[in-house]
Amino acid sequence: MPGTWEVRLSGSGGQGLILAGIILAEAAIIDGQNVVQTQSYGPAARGGASKAEVIISPEEIDYPKVERPDVFLGLNQESVLKYMTGCKENGLAIVDSGLVNHVPPSKARVYSLPITETARKQVGRELVANVVALGALSALSNMVSKESVTTALLRRVPKGTEDMNRKALELGFGLAEQALSAVVGEN
Amino acid sequence: MSTEPRLIQGNEACAEGAIYAGMRFYAGYPITPSTEIAEILARRLPQVGGKFLQMEDEIASMAAIIGGSLTGAKVMTATSGPGFSLKQENIGYACMAEIPCVIANVQRLGPSTGVATAPAQGDVMQARWGTHGDHPIIALTPSSVREAFELTVRAFNLAEQFRVPVILLMDEVVGHMREKVTLPQPGEFPVVNRVKPTCSRENYYPYKADGDKTPPMACFGEGYRYHVTGLFHDESGFATEKPEIIDWQLKRLHEKINQHLDEIITYTSEETEDADLVVIAYGGTARAVSRAVKLARQEGRKVGIFRPQTIWPFPEAAIGELAASGKKLLVAEMNYGQLLLEVQRVAAGRSEVHSCLQSNGELTQPDVILTKIREVYEHAPGN
Amino acid sequence: MLPEIEQYFRLEKLPHMWCPGCGNGIILHSLVKAIDKLCLDQDRTTMVSGIGCAARASGYLDFDTLHTTHGRALAFATGVKFAKPELNVFVLTGDGDCTAIGGNHFIHAARRNINLTTIVFNNNIYGMTGGQYSPMTPNSCRATTSPYGNLERPFNLTELAIAAGATFVARTTTYHTKQLTDLIIEGHKNKGFSLIEVITHCPTSFGRQNKMGTPADMLKWQRDHGISAMRYENLNPEERADKFIIGVLHKTEAPEYTTEYQKLLEKLG
Repeated sequence: MPGTWEVRLSGSGGQGLILAGIILAEAAIIDGQNVVQTQSYGPAARGGASKAEVIISPEEIDYPKVERPDVFLGLNQESVLKYMTGCKENGLAIVDSGLVNHVPPSKARVYSLPITETARKQVGRELVANVVALGALSALSNMVSKESVTTALLRRVPKGTEDMNRKALELGFGLAEQALSAVVGEN
Repeated sequence: MSTEPRLIQGNEACAEGAIYAGMRFYAGYPITPSTEIAEILARRLPQVGGKFLQMEDEIASMAAIIGGSLTGAKVMTATSGPGFSLKQENIGYACMAEIPCVIANVQRLGPSTGVATAPAQGDVMQARWGTHGDHPIIALTPSSVREAFELTVRAFNLAEQFRVPVILLMDEVVGHMREKVTLPQPGEFPVVNRVKPTCSRENYYPYKADGDKTPPMACFGEGYRYHVTGLFHDESGFATEKPEIIDWQLKRLHEKINQHLDEIITYTSEETEDADLVVIAYGGTARAVSRAVKLARQEGRKVGIFRPQTIWPFPEAAIGELAASGKKLLVAEMNYGQLLLEVQRVAAGRSEVHSCLQSNGELTQPDVILTKIREVYEHAPGN
Repeated sequence: MLPEIEQYFRLEKLPHMWCPGCGNGIILHSLVKAIDKLCLDQDRTTMVSGIGCAARASGYLDFDTLHTTHGRALAFATGVKFAKPELNVFVLTGDGDCTAIGGNHFIHAARRNINLTTIVFNNNIYGMTGGQYSPMTPNSCRATTSPYGNLERPFNLTELAIAAGATFVARTTTYHTKQLTDLIIEGHKNKGFSLIEVITHCPTSFGRQNKMGTPADMLKWQRDHGISAMRYENLNPEERADKFIIGVLHKTEAPEYTTEYQKLLEKLG
């Protein structure tokens, strides 16, 4: 399907990946796209490897699961090993530089970004790593607008945490910009 | 209700559809992957003056909704796999005593505990024959979040119209996925309410029916003072062992459904007209089939998809027509061949019936179905 | 039949199906007398029963009556009461129905303290299926499935109900009919879950296997073994061994489930 984004967000249970997937999907709805969001998880609410998937398309979406990700996010080693396979050529893979030591060979452009570290050091809460990641992957891919993802985020987060979450998202945007300029610099 | 499109989960659509249909009494027991239905209704029902009750087990949940229904409420419970097994006895009671109720079964991989979070469609035959004895049943299978809402409303309409338990046979894929949906406004969908008696107490026979075979149903507490039992009973509701009355009652239970198949059975069919091969699929699997059929068409193969929304009663006439036209049929489902048996029975040798079966805890991939389509399509009879 | 209770029966359904000498009819008589004294509206009163001999009682009574599945009467009744709290709901159940297959519903109805008046017809046996031992069959008693004497211990049902949270718990026998009526009245007035355990005699399936004599002998046994708490207090342990206390055993106040739910609705509404 033209203009379709297949997105797979993975990490351990408790890292907020399903919520990140929901916010991404809602941002796409604001942008007027069709979306499907699914998830796969085990019996444990914390730890292990879990994934949330989002498909964004201007067309009607039939198959709801991601077959070959355009965008992959891996927030821990286990999930990267389990779910990173099949990324599209020229796809985008973002992994957490502090939590993922080994990245399997991939056809995607791989960005290793200090997502959790940024959340911890610059926001003061590791909890918002999912939001930093959301900022980074939406800015790196441009699949949803910054405005929409900001709006979608603020609609979902608990009252009183808006500023913290907005900051985390913008730090994610910033990580993306740094990564892109670094790539340009290398060329 | 907002007219803005929202991201909604299948289970949430089911809960909202139930409230839209007028359901105001829920009793249930938590079980993955249906639990969101209970969680949402625990919050929502008290907001609309409804009753939510978490019972001590699945059996009690089914019993409680029957009790609630007898007072006039539209009622439902939701469950999955093992819980559906436990509800069967009282589902039979609801068939026998003709109690309107809706049972959502978000299917997960079994048998037994299986995999709680994995999709499957292994309860198709259990929905039909899970409780003992002969009885008709209505079961509906949504394929999308929007359809989960619509078919939930429909499940209540059918339950109230025919005084039967209706099974909303979802699967984990449809129950847990979120899609962009604009929920309908009040009045957009018809909502059916049960027919109550208008006669006096002396003239009320709770199981005496006119031509459509479904008797009017009095509420407890409104002065009709009638008897309800799971024993075979006569028109007055009291137990009998007389063969001629048992025969009359059981036939009527079947006829009240069988006389209205055209109203009850709905399905969608796409690109079946010119098709040489029609894939039959439902629920989450139908989404994979849709993709596979598109890909097959791009390859120049004339393939269509037939998707029952009413899985029970089985859409025998429509599938019979496909079979009679000699089109090859391919059944794709997440089990080891359950609806397949029905398709084979109806095709009765008039057309080839093939299958693409998977029950490993993952939604069948379009590629798997496409491969099967190619194989069946190229294969000439007798090869 | 006394004319003042006739109106509560479906006379056309009588005679009942119970054996000659069965105690169930006595319980029914006490029940309708209690309902009469309570002046309950017949149109606003529901009888819910399970499966077994006792459960057939609902069919003879002229109310909205719900004869359910085995063991599930309390779960059905919970649905009726919760959906329409203004109805008076009585549950008629046997010892096998209530304490074996329905045991889970029993403790949870008590825990919820939902306003149901539950009368357990305890004849110590599965009567309808022909005399198998139940969770209320005394140790060493004979049944068709304990031909060498029952190896199991019975429940103390009233203690179980108290532990589970019932707010009115009483016990009596089919010999003490006046007391039975009074206990049903008091139980019904309790705003919460009420248990009235009635020791009833089953001459056919229990008495015969355990050489209890005629139905009249069984009633005499009830008279001689069911005693008031005061009398019980004055007995030494040896004398107490084969006696049981009759009367109100427990009475307390606790939030009633449907009332609490109504409060929630009002708070949200």
